[in-house]
Amino acid sequence: MKLHKMLPWVFLLGLVPVLALANDDESEWNSRLKDQYFAGKTITESNDLIEIDAPYRAEDPALVPIKIVAKVPQSKDRYIKKILVLVDKNPFPFVGEFEFTPESGKADLAMRVRVNTYSHVRAIAEMNDGELYMSKKFVKASGGCSAPIGADLDAAMQRLGKMKFRLDEGVKAGEPALAQLLISHPNITGMQMDQVTRFVKKSHFVKEIRVSFNNKPILTAKTDIAISADPNFRFYFVPDQAGELKAEVTDTSCESPTSRDACSQGNSYSETYVVNP
Amino acid sequence: MKSVMRFLLVISVFLSSRSLLAAPVLSVTEVAPGIFVHQGVPELPDTHNHGAIANIGFIVGERCVAVIDTGGNPDQGRSLKNAIEHTTSKPVCYVINTHVHPDHIYGNIAFKSDGVKFVGHEKLARAMAVRGTYYIDKAADQLGVSLSPGDIIPPDIAVKDTLDIDLGGRILKLTAHAAAHTDNDLSVYDPQTDTLWLADLLFLEHLPVIDGSLKGWLAELKALENHAYKVVIPGHGPVVTDWPKSMQPEKAYLEMLQTEIRAMIKQGKYLEEAVETVGYSAKNQWKLFDQFHRKNVTTAFAELEWED
Repeated sequence: MKLHKMLPWVFLLGLVPVLALANDDESEWNSRLKDQYFAGKTITESNDLIEIDAPYRAEDPALVPIKIVAKVPQSKDRYIKKILVLVDKNPFPFVGEFEFTPESGKADLAMRVRVNTYSHVRAIAEMNDGELYMSKKFVKASGGCSAPIGADLDAAMQRLGKMKFRLDEGVKAGEPALAQLLISHPNITGMQMDQVTRFVKKSHFVKEIRVSFNNKPILTAKTDIAISADPNFRFYFVPDQAGELKAEVTDTSCESPTSRDACSQGNSYSETYVVNP
Repeated sequence: MKSVMRFLLVISVFLSSRSLLAAPVLSVTEVAPGIFVHQGVPELPDTHNHGAIANIGFIVGERCVAVIDTGGNPDQGRSLKNAIEHTTSKPVCYVINTHVHPDHIYGNIAFKSDGVKFVGHEKLARAMAVRGTYYIDKAADQLGVSLSPGDIIPPDIAVKDTLDIDLGGRILKLTAHAAAHTDNDLSVYDPQTDTLWLADLLFLEHLPVIDGSLKGWLAELKALENHAYKVVIPGHGPVVTDWPKSMQPEKAYLEMLQTEIRAMIKQGKYLEEAVETVGYSAKNQWKLFDQFHRKNVTTAFAELEWED
């Protein structure tokens, strides 16, 4: 009997809590994810280079704030090039891949994610020389991917594509400044929908984010359905002089929540913000 | 012949005791002439109460009965049906669902029959569809209740703004509200007794839960505050006769959230900090504060950060 045929019986027998308890493990990572993303490579597991932080128990599985702190500055010679974020047990574990540059100043990153069941949330940093470092955190949450989309769906759809930057006051020239980018988008997983009713919808999510300062890339990200509705990111950049912070965002819509084979082109949105250090 | 009679008697006693076991008669109180309410308990829905926590009940007209919310599981719906049959010989003609939450709609299946029309907010059907799969998956795990998609019954009649329904000599005035507690709140007003069945637009004792719009909810409360009602029935907590005084604690809690969260956003603070600091002064005034407050702050913050 195939697993998907057995699932209804698993639910009927009330085995779900037992399965959920058994989830504090590395099985998805060891059996699948590690090879999928890092076949044949050595990863150092340590919090010395980056450290991920997330609430042990999530208040809202559809909106779990996570934060990755970089322990080294972004210098021309040595910098974090890329951070991959995964939620092991999500139906689609890929949360996003975030590329930094020396101009980022610090490769810190904060965002809000969906967590579908008790799972590790992990971040793997790739240095400019190819070295890999991993930090992980276990989160107790359930139902984040199928959870109802935003409380007020109509309001969310009306402001779709609206964006804004928020910067702390007192930005200083040449020093890393923290920026927050808010993107209004329902980021629909496609799993919330009842497939037998007329309310069938596809997944519809932000797939690409490009942030630049004076046309130099700061943060370039590929993202997916595990990012919460109204995607919200915090990151650093170094304003060496006055200039323009710019975000360009592209979304897509896919036929299935868990396959990226059939997706539409999507729309693009942009937002700028003048910085005067 | 005598033995046959005895046999039938034994059988009927057996059957009725069996049906009593399966679904007892729900306790209800007549809070105004012809208006019966079962008061729920201030508890989290769990495998002990099986989700039967909300205020539910019915209104009796000269011709027929309107059920208002059906309970947290099919058995509670059947107990409510038994209570109606105990109270009146008139048939049920309408089932009104005040919003999508499981503690108010999971008894629907008990009332499904040819003569019964289900009534809800125009956005209720969509909310049921987008939440249905999630709700059903959770019911087994969290409530110990086995549900199938057929148990979640969408409305036959969708209310866009207002609708009058006639129970025979008794007109109920239904109002579909803008997003507040949820995006599909419906209230029921009975002019004959000046009773407003507000359902989850009013929480008493049980911490208000935001699953629609904080600003929208405050706007609805402001409009409702200007009216006088003899009797008001909340979704959770006791029936009250001192409106609008009775809504002040809820209003104060929601206003406090709005004020404190707006201030934090203005100061450039983040959601994570707001969840740790906003609103804890209200902790001792509410039941289930620890279970719902942080979620409320999260929902409200995500709404208010898009204000400007």
